[in-house]
Amino acid sequence: MTNPAASRNQMPESDKPSLRRWLLTDTPASRRQARLASLYQGWLTLKSNKLTMIGFGILVTLVLVAILAPWLAPHDPFAQDLGNRLKPLWTDGFLLGTDSLGRDILSRLIYGSRITLYIVILVALIAPVVGLFVGTVAGYVGGWADMILMRITDIFLAFPRLVLALAFVAALGAGIENAVLAIALTAWPPYARIARAETLTIRQSDYIHAVKLQGAGALRIITRHIWPLCISSLIVRVTLDMAGIILAAAGLGFLGLGAQPPSPEWGAMISEGRKFILDHWWIATMPGLAIFTVSLAFNLLGDGLRDVLDPKDSGE
Amino acid sequence: MNLLDVENLWVRFPSRTGVFDAVRGVSFSLGKERLGIVGESGSGKSMTGRAILRLIRKPGIVTADRIAIDGQDIMAMSERQMRTVRGQRISMVMQDPKFSLNPVMTVGEQIMESYALHANATKAETRRKALEMLEAVSIRDPERVFRAYPHEMSGGMGQRIMIAMMLIPDPEILIADEPTSALDVSVQTQVLSILDRLVEARGMGLIFISHDLNLVSSFCDRVLIMYAGRIVEVCRADRLSEAQHPYTRGLLNSLPRLDQPDRRLEVLKRDPVWRNADSVSGML
Amino acid sequence: MTAQSDIDKGRQPSALVESLVRAAKILGSIAVTMLGLLFVTFVIGRVMPIDPVISVLGERASREAYEATRIAMGLDKPLIVQFFVYIGDVIQGDFGQSRLTARPVADDIARVFPATLELATLGTLLGVVVGVPLGVLAAVKRGTWIDQVARVVALIGYSMPIFWLGLVGLLVFYGILGWVGGPGRVGIFYVDLVPSVTGMILVDSALDGQWDVFWNAVSHIILPASLLGYYSLAYISRMTRSFMLEQLSAEYITTARVKGMSEWTVVWRHAFGNIKVPLITVIALSYAGLLEGSVLTEIIFAWPGIGSYITTALLSADMNAVLGGTVVVGLVFVCLNIFSDLLYKFFDPRAR
Repeated sequence: MTNPAASRNQMPESDKPSLRRWLLTDTPASRRQARLASLYQGWLTLKSNKLTMIGFGILVTLVLVAILAPWLAPHDPFAQDLGNRLKPLWTDGFLLGTDSLGRDILSRLIYGSRITLYIVILVALIAPVVGLFVGTVAGYVGGWADMILMRITDIFLAFPRLVLALAFVAALGAGIENAVLAIALTAWPPYARIARAETLTIRQSDYIHAVKLQGAGALRIITRHIWPLCISSLIVRVTLDMAGIILAAAGLGFLGLGAQPPSPEWGAMISEGRKFILDHWWIATMPGLAIFTVSLAFNLLGDGLRDVLDPKDSGE
Repeated sequence: MNLLDVENLWVRFPSRTGVFDAVRGVSFSLGKERLGIVGESGSGKSMTGRAILRLIRKPGIVTADRIAIDGQDIMAMSERQMRTVRGQRISMVMQDPKFSLNPVMTVGEQIMESYALHANATKAETRRKALEMLEAVSIRDPERVFRAYPHEMSGGMGQRIMIAMMLIPDPEILIADEPTSALDVSVQTQVLSILDRLVEARGMGLIFISHDLNLVSSFCDRVLIMYAGRIVEVCRADRLSEAQHPYTRGLLNSLPRLDQPDRRLEVLKRDPVWRNADSVSGML
Repeated sequence: MTAQSDIDKGRQPSALVESLVRAAKILGSIAVTMLGLLFVTFVIGRVMPIDPVISVLGERASREAYEATRIAMGLDKPLIVQFFVYIGDVIQGDFGQSRLTARPVADDIARVFPATLELATLGTLLGVVVGVPLGVLAAVKRGTWIDQVARVVALIGYSMPIFWLGLVGLLVFYGILGWVGGPGRVGIFYVDLVPSVTGMILVDSALDGQWDVFWNAVSHIILPASLLGYYSLAYISRMTRSFMLEQLSAEYITTARVKGMSEWTVVWRHAFGNIKVPLITVIALSYAGLLEGSVLTEIIFAWPGIGSYITTALLSADMNAVLGGTVVVGLVFVCLNIFSDLLYKFFDPRAR
């Protein structure tokens, strides 16, 4: 019997700053105000979740570290110094020790953040867009197009993801761009599924009928009315997927199929450190911690975003 | 003695922007009668019903000076004691059988479960009792319905099953929360007459929650009118047309009447004063 | 369901026909998916910058020998013909010879698959036994510290690079503490002691009554299985929580409470009864994920399963083995999906 809107009616008028009140109003005067208000309320919900903010903080730090890498890194990540090889943690000048070629691990981790971000951004640009396109077209056009597109999606879903990525990299050649392509290729089907499901529900709604009566064509309906509504569930999914993408990229790097040496990619660094794990554990452990931290940050943020953008899933 | 006394009942829900009071200091009592609670959505009528069964879940907060059944204070009971009150002494029929019946249990299982919890009976006895109860709510083929799943039932049928399930432990009080709102008009009267017959025969108290003023006035003995979490007026059902409060009058006037056709129906105008006025007591 | 009829008519006499049609539809959808799968593997096989003829003959083959082999392998025929030949071979269970092991790929897979099956089954078992109660508890205690702990446990599981955790686990529990066996399925002294019946060492050794082998195998499998178990626990517990939350807010739960049911009954009989079906799908998906996705775990633990078989083959350009392995894994995935669909129909009265 209670609805949240009614509860806000009863909020006592407080002497909060007026911008805040403007943003929390129940009676927005313009579309812009309504949109900003819903963003602001989403932000408030996000902010109230500590874990989410930790994740957000880590990611902001990651971006800053990647941008400021040349100034932050104490050493050249590629400079070998065989005299200083396999130094343990907390060695003077080498905070996190050195690897088997005497390269500073901390500097390599700092530069490695650039590669991680590069992979994440590229995949995040390719996979959801392909998925959105396939899913909305299948859902909106229906009939044969739907059948065929969804069959293709099912086939890609039926493939073992890492194996498919492996096979593609093997076919196209090892390297970071191909790794990105391979991961994107295995990552799009779930997005297509989500976008199609959303499209199917939206397509039946009255306002789409209304837009149709006004003479809008399929293209306009899809791009202007369906895509914007799919975005929020896709954003959640992308954020939650980021962790998986980072792990997949690291896995490829670990197998020697992603970024190639001497690139300071974190997965490849673990692979290099694996040979020394018993006596020099930190070489493999530090990059692993970095991967873990970043993917955990994405998961924390994604989990919080889901509560805000997709409440039906979180049950909050 | 009254079956139920409620004194100064509050139901609150804290939210980010403040506390929302769904029910604000309501007092009433229930004898062996049919008590109607009428109000619009959000007036707190359903919350009142659920608070009596202590079914308001966290973060909701229920406070009351007293909620007593036969003089025993429900508010002071432990959760374990409360479970012997629910079903056995106070029961509730909810709005839509489509949602209020468990979809993966057969009708029989659900009714038997309800009986077995409070009665020490053998399985065969429980089964016989359940079939009897199905017959009592005018179900023609009880054996078949017993084995069926809720999704195979129509709405009217589902609501009759719900009534059977809630009355089988022989409670003293039944709360019916909009029991006919989700049903087709054609089966509404049928369900109501079954409900009426059983309540009458068993000498129970009934709290009938509805938004339908006409229905309540024809079905109940006494009516509480709720607005914004408070009782604004209490009156005998047969004297509803003499109601004084402007809100009640407004509701009555906004209904179309067959005997006095109007060209224009009145629109309800709300006075903010109503919201802040004290709650009227519905005690006997 | 209509308002007019009190009870829907029971099953029609044509129920048999209906279920036959349904079975045909399922088979059709398997066939189409598998065909697509084969098409993709075929394309990958063609795109590979590895000449299959050279990979058979070696770099120094003469031109005549090269041509003869090329024709013998059917590589001179049009691609579409080659594709159908490929499908025909696969249907007969012929994936060709593995270049690496010089044996038929099908035999190799039959040998390595039980190892993966053993590991994935144990991992899923652990994931279900811990994950389901954890998810239910988190939903029931929503918003409390228990919920938060469950959330963090699951998110850490999602975020952990499993190959790294495997390395660290080996370092700590095997290298330093010595609590568990190292890489491989059994210690070096126990290899080939039991006759292979199912191919799963735990089962074989138990069947044979060789308990020392059994316990040695347990000490080897426990670490990788726990890792995979943790991974599936994360997924299963989150999904369980979300399903439970949905059901616990349903109106029939209030009905059960009104009846005076204990909280235990409300949660486990009423709410949990309603999530069994989607939960089965989730568990099947997670099982499929472990069957296919344990590539990295198998490599870290030198586990001779299908994941490490495919990867090793890939790194040595043994395309027959890679494609064969991929097709088999894909088939397993499709079958599990259909199996969970069928269970759905069995457990949910609304789907019958």
